Amino acid sequence: MSTAATAASSKDKLIIAGREFSSRLIIGTGKYRSYEEMRSAHEASGAEMVTVAVRRVPLDRSTESFLDYLSPSLQILPNTAGCYTAEDAVRTARLAREALQTDLVKLEVIGDQTTLFPDNEQTLEAARILVKEGFVVLPYFNDDLIMAKKLLDAGCAAIMPLAAPIGSGLGIQNPANLRIMREQLPDATMIVDAGVGTASDAAIAMELGADGVLMNTAIAEAEDPAKMATAMKLAIEAGRLAYSAGRMARRLYASASSPLSGVIK
Amino acid sequence: MKVFVNGEPREVTETTLAGLVTELDLPVARIAIELNRDVVRRSDWGGTMLKDEDRIEIVHFVGGG
Repeated sequence: MSTAATAASSKDKLIIAGREFSSRLIIGTGKYRSYEEMRSAHEASGAEMVTVAVRRVPLDRSTESFLDYLSPSLQILPNTAGCYTAEDAVRTARLAREALQTDLVKLEVIGDQTTLFPDNEQTLEAARILVKEGFVVLPYFNDDLIMAKKLLDAGCAAIMPLAAPIGSGLGIQNPANLRIMREQLPDATMIVDAGVGTASDAAIAMELGADGVLMNTAIAEAEDPAKMATAMKLAIEAGRLAYSAGRMARRLYASASSPLSGVIK
Repeated sequence: MKVFVNGEPREVTETTLAGLVTELDLPVARIAIELNRDVVRRSDWGGTMLKDEDRIEIVHFVGGG
């Protein structure tokens, strides 16, 4: 079997803290126009893990449980979105673990409301605490190699650099930084989290060597979320194959594909 | 007794956390509770006594990315 074909085989799994996932796509549960639309997008995506947020329960009205709209086969990944300090992120993670009985957490400590860029310093502080408490920490962070190393040293199970602001759909704005991170941290599980807008963006992330992509808005805000979810699934598979196939070297000038000799005169 | 639930002051007659959850008619299986910034495990709700000025956070899950 060729290397490329191997990449698509059952052996090529996304592994997070010893847990295997056949799909390299992780998707969100926010912003869908309806729960039904969300569910069909989830099914189409083939994703095995979905993110959810933790919020105060409304006390003035009864709420239907959002979790009932998630397929029981999905691994739920609670996030700490909306937290601006390490302390609040740690509290949120603990609450999520208690309710969901999972030690997985997408750690997100925001530093600024307009960009939703992460506060790397607070993220690292929270990561250290959560790892000590037995959490499997997947941190969203700025695309900084040194921070990635610190997060891995702290015991994070993966690194999740952003590619562009959350929900922006700008695509991969930092290919050089992602590539450097991939090359310098070959053994780390690297998941590109945030910024993807359409299928080609997901393919690029994978071609740069990401182990997976986490996205929400690109699917939820598509006109047809289920169709976009399918596109993302295929793009991630294609990008992964291309990465493992090893792309040709770039050259500035043409290199003829047909023989130069023997042309009729 | 007055406690704070999700930041709002509230007069309660119930004396335990489990009683409060019942009084608020919340979906027990899908929530988590923090009392004065510490998570209280579900199995401990019944034995956790409330006192005046307690600050309680009750959370559930919503869509997110």
